[in-house]
Amino acid sequence: MYGGGYIFEESKNGHKEEIDPVKLERFESKIAAGEKIEPADWMPFEYRRQLIRMIEQHAHSEIIGALPEGTWITRAPGFRRKLALMAKVQDEVGHAQLLYSAAETLGKPREVMINDLISGKSKYSNVFNYPAVTWADTAIIAWLIDAGAIINQVANSKGSYGPYCRALERICIEESFHLKYGHDNVVFLATGTPVQRKMVQEALNRWWPPIMHFFGPSDKISVHTETLMKWKVKMASNDDMRQKFLDMYVPKIWELGLTIPDPKLKKNDETGKWEYTEPDWEEFKRVINGDGPCNKERLAVRRRAEEKGEWVRRALMKDKEKYTVPLS
Amino acid sequence: MNLNPETLSAVKNLIYSTADDHLVLGHRNSEWTGLGPILEEDIAFSSMAQDKLGQALALYQLLNKLGERDPDTIAFTRKENEFRCCHLTEYPIGDYGFSLMRHFLFDEAALLRFDMLSNSGFTELSHIAKKFRGEIKYHVMHAEEWIKQLGNGNEESNRRIQIMFDTVYPLAHGIFEPLENENILIENKIYEGENELEQRWRVRIGKIVKDANIILNETEPKDKHYGGRRGMHTEYLKPLLLEMTEVFSIDPNAEW
Amino acid sequence: MSLKSLDPRITREELPDVPDNTPLKDIHHWNTFEVFHQSKTGGHHIHVGSLHAPNAEMALILAKEQYARRYNCVNLWVVKTSDILASKKEDEEIFETTPEKLYREASGYKVMEKINKFKNERKKG
Repeated sequence: MYGGGYIFEESKNGHKEEIDPVKLERFESKIAAGEKIEPADWMPFEYRRQLIRMIEQHAHSEIIGALPEGTWITRAPGFRRKLALMAKVQDEVGHAQLLYSAAETLGKPREVMINDLISGKSKYSNVFNYPAVTWADTAIIAWLIDAGAIINQVANSKGSYGPYCRALERICIEESFHLKYGHDNVVFLATGTPVQRKMVQEALNRWWPPIMHFFGPSDKISVHTETLMKWKVKMASNDDMRQKFLDMYVPKIWELGLTIPDPKLKKNDETGKWEYTEPDWEEFKRVINGDGPCNKERLAVRRRAEEKGEWVRRALMKDKEKYTVPLS
Repeated sequence: MNLNPETLSAVKNLIYSTADDHLVLGHRNSEWTGLGPILEEDIAFSSMAQDKLGQALALYQLLNKLGERDPDTIAFTRKENEFRCCHLTEYPIGDYGFSLMRHFLFDEAALLRFDMLSNSGFTELSHIAKKFRGEIKYHVMHAEEWIKQLGNGNEESNRRIQIMFDTVYPLAHGIFEPLENENILIENKIYEGENELEQRWRVRIGKIVKDANIILNETEPKDKHYGGRRGMHTEYLKPLLLEMTEVFSIDPNAEW
Repeated sequence: MSLKSLDPRITREELPDVPDNTPLKDIHHWNTFEVFHQSKTGGHHIHVGSLHAPNAEMALILAKEQYARRYNCVNLWVVKTSDILASKKEDEEIFETTPEKLYREASGYKVMEKINKFKNERKKG
């Protein structure tokens, strides 16, 4: 699962890529015609760089995203929930595997990406720096965070890079199970005992601000983002995705008699747009830069997992084996 | 097959023991999900933990048909001394070497047990045993490949695997603690018994450890780690159950 | 002091409570393999993705769960990525074939007109 709010990087000042105009023309007309770019195709340096960045962030978000819900993996109530939560968290790990592979085709090995994650060099989706305080938090995450992720991923699956699209196609199928499971879980709590209802309302209150952050701040319209949109790296604006999410899910939340902790939230009938309290983007920045409630723990856990597995991986390494970039 | 009360009780005891083993070990192994040594293995190990829970569930459903309570109530509300799992399943996950070795020694026994039960005169049980054959066969393939490769990997992994084998092998004897009234099951051709299972398991393990470059000292362990089948457990089961039932016990009558 | 987590699994790990940003020295990820699956007997094996594994035997064990846990599958192949020889991108034009190769297409052979003409003439004759 992953939202928008990718940290696309502006090109460094002064760094101008020398691009062969004939190759660029061929590349761009291919994309305009709806064709996919494959790993061995010529591509501008900037296209490669932004894609690596985006797919890598997405992969990190999956592997880190396994942790908030994993918080409850040993405590899920009853067989049905226990099995489903295990399968869901497992899927997130599986998604990370697929996405790291897609990013690897662009030339960055998985271990370098994981090292960049652990050392804090690359980012992942901000929401996973928040804690899953109760069982109900996992229900809200599985329903609403995955819902947001689907909106984003369906858009991205129509992007231009072949390996990323193929990975997303499979990921979207699995996410639809997550969404159904999450909804089912929330419905059981919301229609259950007063204790269950209270639990899920409190979880929703906790997760609403991170959900509003999920798609990222309004996009700055610059030549740079226009290029990324033309190259079908960025597929939809953050605000459009947020509107789509609100359109689809606010009524579903309200029909369960749950309240959303934003007094300003309403749909403007004239504009057809949702109005809401502007999310606290200062907090968003603060958390993404390391100062959220769980950043430290998330990275420490990934580091420990890598360290604990090190002897296992090392034991089966053959000196002669040279790492090869996956084909597609 | 109509079972007289004495046979029925012996059958239930067998099913409880097997199901509790799979529940507790499946629960333990699920702790690795998201924390495995490499993504691909993380996924595989999680699948097998899910399989074990699914197997436990099927067995509890059979118990339910035989007059016991529903599976969630059985799994999530019983007290520690009502559990019949062997001690091996209860230990914390430890290092990956420990978890792998436990998975290997346990699933080899599970494969043989389910093979035996496939021929059980109690058809309800043989149906279940046949249904899960494929799953357990994969578990064993997975376990054997890992044990062989790590045993023959580098010096460090061979040493670790040997230490883990020496640690877990004695614990694994608890899998074969004789069941109460087991003779009734044997007489009625429902199950061939723990002793028979243990003999077959020893033969199989003996072959694989040789390929894995593991030294097996075939002396009778001082402690066979019995007691689990009679409701006497290690210090680890109680906290495991408290954790597993934390949410469920907020309101056991609620629908979760 | 070790890190106290909401996740009991993590608390048991006794992680240090101080942040550590040093990169890991050796991560040792394995080589890559390409995975092909056959969804039913009689069908072709189709490429479904890649994975990291130390050798083909382990690749097969690991591919089973990552690529066949959710979908129908009756057979799996794994091939070391470096053992695959792919045609070059810049040679793509070799696949561009001219449309004038009707001599090897079924649609290149249309004789009904001749037959009908022949039959009509015989009738008249």
